[in-house]
Amino acid sequence: MITYARYAAPLIALALLWAGPQAFQTPPGQPAPRAQPSEIELSISGDSGTPPRFAVPAFVAAAPDAADAAKVLSDVLWDDLAFEREFYLIPRDTYASVPAARTAEQLPFAAWRELGADGVLFGTVQRTGSTIRVEVRLFNMRTRQAVFAKEYVGPATNPRFLAHTAADELHQQQRALRGVARTKLAFTSDRNREKVAGTTENRDVKEVFIADYDGANARRITVDRQLNIAPVWSPDARALAYTSYRKGFPDIYIARIYEGTPPSNPTAGKGSNFLPSYSPDGKRLAFMSSRDGNPEIYTMNVDGSNLHRLTNHGANDVTPTWSPTGTEIAFTSDRGGTPQIYIVNAEGTGGARRISVNESYADRPTWSSPPFNEIAFAARTGPGFDIKVYEVASGQTRQITFGEGTNESPVFAPNGRHLAFTSTRAGRVQVFTIARDGKNVQQITRDGNNYTPGWSQ
Amino acid sequence: MSMISLFNRRIAAGGVLAAVLVMAACGKKPPAVPEPQPAPPVVTVPSTVPPPPSRPPQQAREPLPVPAQPVPEDGVSARSLDDLNRKSPLAPVFFGYDSSELSEAAQQTAQANAAVLRTNRSWVITIEGHSDERGTAEYNLALGERRASSVRAYLVSMGIAAERLRVVSYGKEFPFDPGHDEAAWTKNRRGHFVVTAK
Repeated sequence: MITYARYAAPLIALALLWAGPQAFQTPPGQPAPRAQPSEIELSISGDSGTPPRFAVPAFVAAAPDAADAAKVLSDVLWDDLAFEREFYLIPRDTYASVPAARTAEQLPFAAWRELGADGVLFGTVQRTGSTIRVEVRLFNMRTRQAVFAKEYVGPATNPRFLAHTAADELHQQQRALRGVARTKLAFTSDRNREKVAGTTENRDVKEVFIADYDGANARRITVDRQLNIAPVWSPDARALAYTSYRKGFPDIYIARIYEGTPPSNPTAGKGSNFLPSYSPDGKRLAFMSSRDGNPEIYTMNVDGSNLHRLTNHGANDVTPTWSPTGTEIAFTSDRGGTPQIYIVNAEGTGGARRISVNESYADRPTWSSPPFNEIAFAARTGPGFDIKVYEVASGQTRQITFGEGTNESPVFAPNGRHLAFTSTRAGRVQVFTIARDGKNVQQITRDGNNYTPGWSQ
Repeated sequence: MSMISLFNRRIAAGGVLAAVLVMAACGKKPPAVPEPQPAPPVVTVPSTVPPPPSRPPQQAREPLPVPAQPVPEDGVSARSLDDLNRKSPLAPVFFGYDSSELSEAAQQTAQANAAVLRTNRSWVITIEGHSDERGTAEYNLALGERRASSVRAYLVSMGIAAERLRVVSYGKEFPFDPGHDEAAWTKNRRGHFVVTAK
């Protein structure tokens, strides 16, 4: 018993690590495989293979000055947990029968169990000046033990980030799942209604913005007063590479947005250069350039050195994306008469193989992160486009949007379980997210028109 | 000392050791593994509510991007060329759907533009390639590039020096006509000429 107690915690940590890849492969909506059985079970399970049923009552404010933060925290944590669909969240309007608890010691276990809760998330929030402190505990309603208990401190200006941190750690501990609550989206927007300088035509600028994965905390990144397109995050999430017309012609820039240095310009005006895509190790960019006469795919180091031409074809070759292993690149080419998706090895040796077979027009391939090995693209399905996903192993393609507006520019979340894309379904062009099975569509942007999302690691 | 209290003390020591092992194994970010507790007796309140184990509390703050500096504008020369460009001395060239071929009408327009450029030998121009809204944003960048390039190739074949002709693709980013019908699309599939130096 004593020997067990001494080694139990590291063993469980190892067991969770061991379970990680397997749990990742579980499709959303199905329970993840359990960690190896152990006497102290941290992962709360549901009845007979159903998702665990969690109650997330409103967090308790220690004093009235923490009431706003408490509401934000419990609402955002709810949304973060709902986003991954690993738990069934018992609706809050059914909690009336459960006596409210001010402290964890007062939690009415029997009443929560009666409501069918397998787990209850209990949070208390304190405010001290410009700082908030939140305690988040998850109780297993069967064992009546806290299986998760953490305290977070952060600036009162952004309580959402505390909730996102707790959500990611809960998903990791309970489901061995890498959540995306702290990831960010980048996109371009005309929301500021500024006009492009240096032209007599009436053209709105598109500047790069970033926002939380749920659209909150949107911030403008570029101030070029020009057209900017398709920002992508470096794998370390510290830099954005994008196409900018800031000097009057399209060229590739890399902005290290937390450092305040001017963006670097690895392509340095050698021809027109577009649509950079980071290799998984962050060392190289694939991009499209017309420097040798017509649009071809190239790779280079992020500082512009070691340039390598990947395609050599009279047709248009555009929109490269790297495989998760970095050994292959998918791109769009109209070499067969219409734009279609092809894969070529990252050295450019050997032929390109076409993977979109039943499409009249397919573009903007984007390769998923592991453990999935899928390529999403925009396919013409009528007057507009829909998002389809090609599974590399099986060669099967599935459609995940169905003619609501036109849907373009898909990009995967770092855990491969979600995509961001643009759609006109709500009127103007806006960024949405969608689960990889086509469910759980969320509108991310609402201000102006918003384009070409990128999703951070 | 009773057996019970000895047992509890050894449990506590084991828990501390376990926590140290976890932190040592995982570096600066210990996973949220609470100390193991003895199985609780069945009562209506938990016999043990563990204190939050993350002492000191975990900092949850994210970095803020540093605001970028605006790109300096070359205002004077831009303004003097604006007056010229507002008069559209070079007419746009129009294209068929998903095509970068110059039709007969497009060739006639390009010939007229070549004549203007021969008269104004110091002009440097940018040929903008644009598309209608029906394709994807990304592919249209390539299509616009090809349209602008085919205009440039034609002007070069008419004797205009290649170095006076810069090519820029805008894809479907800047439609001339914001409409969503064939009449608008016809106007938007275009090569647009801008004088950038004179």
